Amino acid sequence: MAVPWYWSALLAFVVVNFLLISASVLVYAERKISAAMQNRPGPNRVGPVGFLQPFADVAKLLLKENIVPYLANPFVHSLAPFLMVVIAMTTGALIPFAKGVVVADLGVGVLVLLALTSISVYGITLAGWSSNSKFSLLGGLRSAAQMISYELSMGLAVVSVILIAGTLNLTEIVESQAGGMSLLGWNLFRNPIGATIFIVTAFAETNRTPFDLPEAEQELVGGYHTEYSGMKFGMFFLAEYVNFFVASFFIVTLFFGGYLIPFQSALVSAVPALDGSIWLSLLQVMTLILKAGFFAYLFIWVRWTLPRFKYNQLMTLGWKYLLPIALVNVLVIALIISLFRTF
Amino acid sequence: MLAEYGPFFIQLGLAIVLAFAFLKGAALLGPSRPNRIKQMPYESGMDPIGTARTRYSVKFYLVAMIFIVFDVEVVFLYPWAASFERFLDAGVGLEVLGVVTIFVIILAVGLVYDIKKGGLEFD
Repeated sequence: MAVPWYWSALLAFVVVNFLLISASVLVYAERKISAAMQNRPGPNRVGPVGFLQPFADVAKLLLKENIVPYLANPFVHSLAPFLMVVIAMTTGALIPFAKGVVVADLGVGVLVLLALTSISVYGITLAGWSSNSKFSLLGGLRSAAQMISYELSMGLAVVSVILIAGTLNLTEIVESQAGGMSLLGWNLFRNPIGATIFIVTAFAETNRTPFDLPEAEQELVGGYHTEYSGMKFGMFFLAEYVNFFVASFFIVTLFFGGYLIPFQSALVSAVPALDGSIWLSLLQVMTLILKAGFFAYLFIWVRWTLPRFKYNQLMTLGWKYLLPIALVNVLVIALIISLFRTF
Repeated sequence: MLAEYGPFFIQLGLAIVLAFAFLKGAALLGPSRPNRIKQMPYESGMDPIGTARTRYSVKFYLVAMIFIVFDVEVVFLYPWAASFERFLDAGVGLEVLGVVTIFVIILAVGLVYDIKKGGLEFD
């Protein structure tokens, strides 16, 4: 694929800006949805129905003082939010937005994705350690243990997808789900247990409720970001929202047909002019964003519905249930594939 | 190689520039009036007792060590999963699956041992 570098650079610029804007839209959506669920108005002062509230918040955070505790390690204290934002923004490069519309169409896209999500453990752990505050340290430790525990099950759920698709390239994984009118061919139907495990672990990896123990406010104040103020706190906040939006994109890409429009082949045969045109790509981008938007809503919905786990329940779920189920799921999927092929 | 990974590094560069702009922008725009009280680590309003560089539960190390073992296992499963169809086409799919099953069982025995020994009890 010979794509000129300036086209890639333009696309990367668009993706970074898309993620930034979607993060502020999601902050607004989360506050409005939680307000609706709790029967209160939510933000409604800045701009029409409070829509400019996230932008006002960013301006406020930028103008606040950056307080570093006197016992902290100043370099690592700045490095942690820096890492979080860089990782959150880079994972966006791997999302196939439509056929051929992806910043980096890597042959080992899934591996790069898992490598990047592993690095974000460093961000949280370093934030907890460098602040030199007891609440931060406990939050950072808990988070490191939680994220590495659930990363195993996530990796195994991805292995079951690779078995079905036979490739590590994300675009090819999406194309492998095109059977059954681009709807029944979804990996959700071919691999329901893997899909469930991946969604659960995605909640744990992004530290969202019911897995938000790293920042359990009733016991740890703010967890790993207790000692962060101003824009450094804003960077953790931004990374959290970008992370769960990107996680929604990968849930859709791996299990819900990615950018494929349901009944895409019927649509293309009904309107032949659409085939290979830019309008089909635009429709695919819209489909992907709608699907990912549903999962972003699910993340918010769960946060305001479910209570938080206890720490021992979290570890029991991760190690004693999800990991064995994910291991058996991989072997069962492999067995079913080989039986279908052999007989 | 560069053609494949070039765009990825462009996005990485953009992300680094953005994160740097956030850090520097906040440092330039915000006030800077540090004092001892403001910079105290938060401990519910009390003066902090001792340092936070204290000892913590050994369970976290145990989890990290078991993680390494299983993470390496998952890494070994990736090349097998990506080329499983080729093994099937070559007619050795079931044998390869049998070998992988033995590999998984050996590690699963380790997991069962660890659970029985209470290495993952957090209460």
